[in-house]
Amino acid sequence: MDLSIFLIQCLNALQYGLLLFLVAMGLTLIFGIMGVINLAHGSFYMIGAYMAYALSPIVAHAFGGGFFSVLVIGLILAVILGYFLEWAFFSFLYDRDHLQQVLMTYGLILVFEELRSLLVGDDVHGVAAPEFLAGTIPLGDIMTYPVYRLFISAVCLLLALGMYYVFTRTRLGMMIRAGSTNREMVQSLGIDIKLLYRIVFAAGVALAAFAGMISAPVSTVYPGMGSQVLIICFVVVVIGGIGSIRGAFLAALLIGFVDTFGKVLLPEAAGVLVYVLMALILLWKPDGLFKTS
Amino acid sequence: MMDKFFSGKLLFVGLLFAGLALYPLVASSYGLDLVSKIMIYAILAMSLELLVGSTGLVCFGQAAFFGIGAYIAVMLSPESESGHLLWLLPAAILAAAVYALFVGALSLRTKGVYFIMVTLAFAQMAYYVVHDTKLGGGTDGIYLYFKPTLGSILDLNHPQVLYFFTWVFLVWTFIFLAILLGSHFGRVLAGIRINEQRMRASGFSTYPYKLAAFVTSGGIAGLAGFLFAVKDGFVNPEMMSWHLSGALLIMIILGGLGHLRGAIIGAFAFVFLQEFFKSSDIFGAFAKHWQLGLGFTIIACVAVLPKGLVGLPEVLRKRLYGGRPSSDAQIVLK
Repeated sequence: MDLSIFLIQCLNALQYGLLLFLVAMGLTLIFGIMGVINLAHGSFYMIGAYMAYALSPIVAHAFGGGFFSVLVIGLILAVILGYFLEWAFFSFLYDRDHLQQVLMTYGLILVFEELRSLLVGDDVHGVAAPEFLAGTIPLGDIMTYPVYRLFISAVCLLLALGMYYVFTRTRLGMMIRAGSTNREMVQSLGIDIKLLYRIVFAAGVALAAFAGMISAPVSTVYPGMGSQVLIICFVVVVIGGIGSIRGAFLAALLIGFVDTFGKVLLPEAAGVLVYVLMALILLWKPDGLFKTS
Repeated sequence: MMDKFFSGKLLFVGLLFAGLALYPLVASSYGLDLVSKIMIYAILAMSLELLVGSTGLVCFGQAAFFGIGAYIAVMLSPESESGHLLWLLPAAILAAAVYALFVGALSLRTKGVYFIMVTLAFAQMAYYVVHDTKLGGGTDGIYLYFKPTLGSILDLNHPQVLYFFTWVFLVWTFIFLAILLGSHFGRVLAGIRINEQRMRASGFSTYPYKLAAFVTSGGIAGLAGFLFAVKDGFVNPEMMSWHLSGALLIMIILGGLGHLRGAIIGAFAFVFLQEFFKSSDIFGAFAKHWQLGLGFTIIACVAVLPKGLVGLPEVLRKRLYGGRPSSDAQIVLK
């Protein structure tokens, strides 16, 4: 492996890891704070990707197009969806057995998959990257690297920093952290925990959908993309330690690198590497790398 | 009151088993095959119920033990003649139990969601071994050309013989697990589910109990895998995929956790619902979108039946006569 290939793989790994982080962050927030094991999280990623595909002609017709208007409209729709779902399907489940929520989110996966099939169909689609990001930059003598992948990495990194700021420096972040530690105490201090939950859930859905939207141009849009990303994101969340944003970030990068280089160096064992890694880490540290208690 | 309730449950299970025993009299060959499949899933679901509902250990890798039982049954069968049942069946159960011992010994160091994911990881490893290596025939799987026999007494090529063979194991598994859960061992498992720390404080070393439950569960899953391989005559890696592990969890939650009969009811309900929504006689062209109906039914079940289908009589009684439902132990993951 020469240097430029190595560099390209590094960039790919970084981009994949950062994208995983966006999806996994929603998952870890929803689990860490609300205690909901959300199997439908992968579906939100799928919904985002399909929105990037299905919304672009509509947006082009109404506003004269533009990649960013699709992103913004998709994001607004995702927030509304998350807010509605929390109200309709989760708000009455919090004092129930955790596994009841698993059952509920499993039902939601089936519903979302079929709605997708009814509305958009079962075909595989490609989504074009916006023109000004469609080029490549030279890397070494003969290699080039697509600008759009760098754009994904940059956006994810910015979002991660933004989330870090919200979490550690703002009042909302403080309430969210407090809510994950002790729900009753936060409630008794006069904070509307129901509203807080609804915001967290909507934010989680929006993050996953956003990740789906911006990744649509590099990974085609296909049925079943949700369940694939779901399991790998659970791996990220668990390795990082549930509820820990920092842990999820490091775990996502770790998985990104292990998976990308695994596919290059050990193609026959690539599928299993991630799981071996998770098993080893959890046997070494049974509560993940960064436990928040 | 308690006795009456208890005998009501036994009556239900007795009637269910009797009904299943009489079913071949009226069954079509399709129905016979379908119900054989469901009975195997019911055995598998009961094995998972021992871990999830009775001990509070949510295992997300049950399909691996199922698959190992099935693969061992096929791989140990001679290629040109029938293998002997009395050695193939124990071998399949033993292999699954040994892998369960390995997985359990390691993964029981973790708890809650971490436990879920470690069991998934080990199941995925087994999946990739048969999927990506030459060992298990790769993605195509392997065929079992000659079904195991017991001398000339038992010919499993007949669907009806196979049906009763499965039925016997279903009843056996139910009775075995019911006795196990009623014993001292089962009471300790219930104690671990409700409050493990308190069990330790009262002098129980909980780890060996949990490991024993895990190995027992894996062995029964291996039995189910053996039955499935014999029924279908072939095995493929999808038997070990996490989709099956997930579907099994859904079955036992749907049926009602904490009750053995819940696992059986859940397996039947889940497969019947699938078949119902897939039926093009009822839904016509819309049967293609069967997951929509199944999804909404599951959501409705969660909303209306907090204890799963097992709690249905109680919900109905409450609707009719009023009164508060009794509280059940919960499984909390965190």
